[in-house]
Amino acid sequence: MAVQNKKLNLKDKYQYLTRDMGWEPTYQKKKDIFPDEDFEGIKITDWSQWEDPFRLTMDSYWKYQAEKEKKLYAIFDAFAQNNGHQNISDARYVNALKLFLSGVSPLEHAAFQGYAKTGRQFSGTGARVACQMQAIDELRHSQTQQHAMSHYNKHFNGLHDAAHMHDRVWFLSVPKSFFDDARTAGPFEFLTAISFSFEYVLTNLLFVPFMSGAAYNGDMATVTFGFSAQSDEARHMTLGLEVIKFILEQHEDNVPIVQRWIDKWFWRGFRLLSLVSMMMDYMLPNKVMSWSEAWEVYYEQNGGALFKDLERYGIRPPKYQDVANDAKHHLSHQLWTTFYQYSQATSFHTWIPEKEEMDWMSEKYPDTFDKYYRPRYEHLAKEAAAGRRFYNNTLPQLCQVCQVPTLFTEMGAPTKLSHRQLKYEGERYHFCSEACCEIFEHEPEKYIQAWLPVHQIYQGNCEGADVETVVQKYYHINIGEDNFEYLGSPDHKRWLSIKGIKPADEDKNAA
Amino acid sequence: MSVNALYDYKFEAKDKVENFHGMQLLYVYWPDHLMFCAPFALLVQPDMSFRALVDDIIKPATASHPDSARADFLKAQWLLNDEPFTPNAEASLTDNGIDHKSMLTVTTPDLKGMAGVGY
Repeated sequence: MAVQNKKLNLKDKYQYLTRDMGWEPTYQKKKDIFPDEDFEGIKITDWSQWEDPFRLTMDSYWKYQAEKEKKLYAIFDAFAQNNGHQNISDARYVNALKLFLSGVSPLEHAAFQGYAKTGRQFSGTGARVACQMQAIDELRHSQTQQHAMSHYNKHFNGLHDAAHMHDRVWFLSVPKSFFDDARTAGPFEFLTAISFSFEYVLTNLLFVPFMSGAAYNGDMATVTFGFSAQSDEARHMTLGLEVIKFILEQHEDNVPIVQRWIDKWFWRGFRLLSLVSMMMDYMLPNKVMSWSEAWEVYYEQNGGALFKDLERYGIRPPKYQDVANDAKHHLSHQLWTTFYQYSQATSFHTWIPEKEEMDWMSEKYPDTFDKYYRPRYEHLAKEAAAGRRFYNNTLPQLCQVCQVPTLFTEMGAPTKLSHRQLKYEGERYHFCSEACCEIFEHEPEKYIQAWLPVHQIYQGNCEGADVETVVQKYYHINIGEDNFEYLGSPDHKRWLSIKGIKPADEDKNAA
Repeated sequence: MSVNALYDYKFEAKDKVENFHGMQLLYVYWPDHLMFCAPFALLVQPDMSFRALVDDIIKPATASHPDSARADFLKAQWLLNDEPFTPNAEASLTDNGIDHKSMLTVTTPDLKGMAGVGY
């Protein structure tokens, strides 16, 4: 008796799981089922050319993810039971986690929503499944990050309401608006923005600093999350490259459209990562590498090779990469002194770097730190010592596109702001740079709606007219606990008591 | 250029002057004083005098800078939206041509910030 072989090979399994989801509709028009597929102008001639990076791992995906999850939570439990927070390098490190939890974890959730929505829009089943699978990964990352960091919430301030803060706090409108911009674009722009420009080109500049930073600073919970996410991130990067090559190979008319998206999303990603630059150079007590070194390795070298490879499709490197390359010498310092002066309105603490840290920066930034930035800290230290710790009590101008205060300087002229402005339909708009201004000019109807935190406060939409009320009531930042200077903060005092340092030493430490 | 959308994509600007309850936005940039990281964003009355703007708003906003006490802003060099501008101290902002979301740039030629690097 002939027995049919019931065991399917990998290819068949994938076929059954994915491609069989594609059928020709009989009583509905394809255009009505996938209404978003064409309007961006991207032409797809043959969806079967999609090489799904998931196809090789699909079979083991569920089993492998479940195993990773089990191990991850066992380590979180052990970390909590052993008071793992006591083994970190210094409590200043926790401020990097506050930034991550309120700035990055909600983006993982936004990515989940974005991929779930985008995946629905493709008539090609391979792309649909790839988006669906990545949506699941992103949701898992958002959850596991929150679990990894939740232990710190029991011992340190500022971690209690990250999702709420993400929707409201002024500097968190930078990451929030980034993803809102991507999610309100069409499906192909979303993939170019997130899968390619962010996950493929720039993700190492986000993940390496935070995860290596965690390792260098004794944070086992976050490191373990990093390991658990690594294989997912590798897959997401593969998808990012596949997406771009697929679109470019489908039709030559796609090239200029994709080029503009690359120009836009490289720049938006670069502006978003300016927050990471200061985290790297200033918020990690044990430094991994400088922002400038990270930019050289992960963008200038790796990105350089990538764009060399894409040349054959007629794609050139992002338009304003020379500005970004030049900015690597200044970015982290300009950002940190900004957050230092607005610490009354942040959910994390800021401080003046210690002497050894400044020497490290002199070494890492030989052409810029001693000349432009060390004098800033010398002045700020003098003021703080005289009891006049500097806070800027006037709100800053924000960029209409990236929503960062317009603090950036001209390429080659680091004492001059690269401010731009224009008029559109009788209304004035202000920008941090030529690149952000150009993004606005392409789609002004989109950016005139920007919810700029400073303007919202002035319109009276944030539960109060003064900064204190807005911070406490609208942002849920507890005044005197979560915000202001690190030295002398409740976090600082708690850390000294964990380490058994007496108040006498505290004075010495603060001096 | 304009947005590529599936429908007639038209929305109100979020920061029209009507939304500020009779007030308007004004930005003030003092070059070479990067201790203030970005231009100030101020909520001002359109009918306030230019002198009041300087004395009651700009002076206090800049007070923490060592150059502030010596700065004579009324005699300084001004730009309004990047164009040369001579303010009339007694006239209102409106009569000075300063409209909603305008930007003033005020340069104090003999005060160049700290450390010779415009801080």
